[in-house]
Amino acid sequence: MQIQVNGEAIEVEPGRSIAKLLVQLQKQARYLAVERNGLLVPRSRHGEVALVEGDAIEIVTLVGGG
Amino acid sequence: MTNSSSPSELPLAADRPLRIGSHTFQSRLFVGTGKYSTYELMQACLAASGSEVITVAVRRERLIDKAGRSILDFIDLSKYTILPNTAGCFTAEEAIRVARLGREILSGLENPGANWVKLEVLGDAKTLLPDPIATVQATEQLVKEGFEVLVYSTDDPITAKRLKAVGAASVMPAGSPIGSGQGILNPNNIRICMEYLKDGDPDYPVIVDAGVGSASDVSFAMELGCDGVLLNTAIASATDPLKMAHAMRLATVAGRLSSQAGRIPRKLYATASSPETGTIAPLPR
Repeated sequence: MQIQVNGEAIEVEPGRSIAKLLVQLQKQARYLAVERNGLLVPRSRHGEVALVEGDAIEIVTLVGGG
Repeated sequence: MTNSSSPSELPLAADRPLRIGSHTFQSRLFVGTGKYSTYELMQACLAASGSEVITVAVRRERLIDKAGRSILDFIDLSKYTILPNTAGCFTAEEAIRVARLGREILSGLENPGANWVKLEVLGDAKTLLPDPIATVQATEQLVKEGFEVLVYSTDDPITAKRLKAVGAASVMPAGSPIGSGQGILNPNNIRICMEYLKDGDPDYPVIVDAGVGSASDVSFAMELGCDGVLLNTAIASATDPLKMAHAMRLATVAGRLSSQAGRIPRKLYATASSPETGTIAPLPR
């Protein structure tokens, strides 16, 4: 199935968790925060939240800023 | 004078710390981490500035990252309190989402900055001036969610009062537009903001955020009685950022001391510094 991650279409297996999505993308959760359809998914729930076709995921980190 | 410190020692040790919400700092300079040419230069400038608070932004993680370096690998998280901002948000909703995301990251890193946010809700991409109505709305919501909210505002005293009324931990009026380097364009508004915000609450923190161009702007803000200054571009985009970082640290201290020392009144005419008596006689003509 297809989901949107940071505005890009990504193919994932149906029912895949956010934790597994991060592994698929080769991302360490430590410096990241994840939002699903506009709602924050706390780190403690990355393993249990299953992705659904068409989900809009935002994966963000901290960058230089003022 | 009752000052017991030695003549060469700065009387800063006697100064009360800066308190914002649950946070306490000795340094009154907050610096941003944007626009540096390298992380190494940023690191050196942060150290030279003497700041204990540094701001960062929340942005999308690059899915394919060539360099793979994170700014967080160049920041001592045990030394600095990170102040995440909501820069680039043009609605209250976006800013609230970004504040939650920043808190999530900093909670995971166990940084004390996890409970606060520098709220920016911008009204316009050209001026980057805040949208005052959306800013008040976002402040109200974030306070409800337990954030200590440091609010980037215009220098309008009425907006400042509204922000404090809805629970802002600090109101941070802009000296001039972000990155403009114009300094403090309307010191009278900043003075009125402070009068209103500190009325019956003298320790309420007011921080000038944005517009600083050089060290004298920082000293001027501190001399106005502001509790601190937040800046980024003035250091990061200076010709010699490291030298400017030192200058900003000294200017903050100089302005603070000058403010506390109490300046002389301005007078139209001169007052002699040397004795007016005992001068030698004019030659007979």
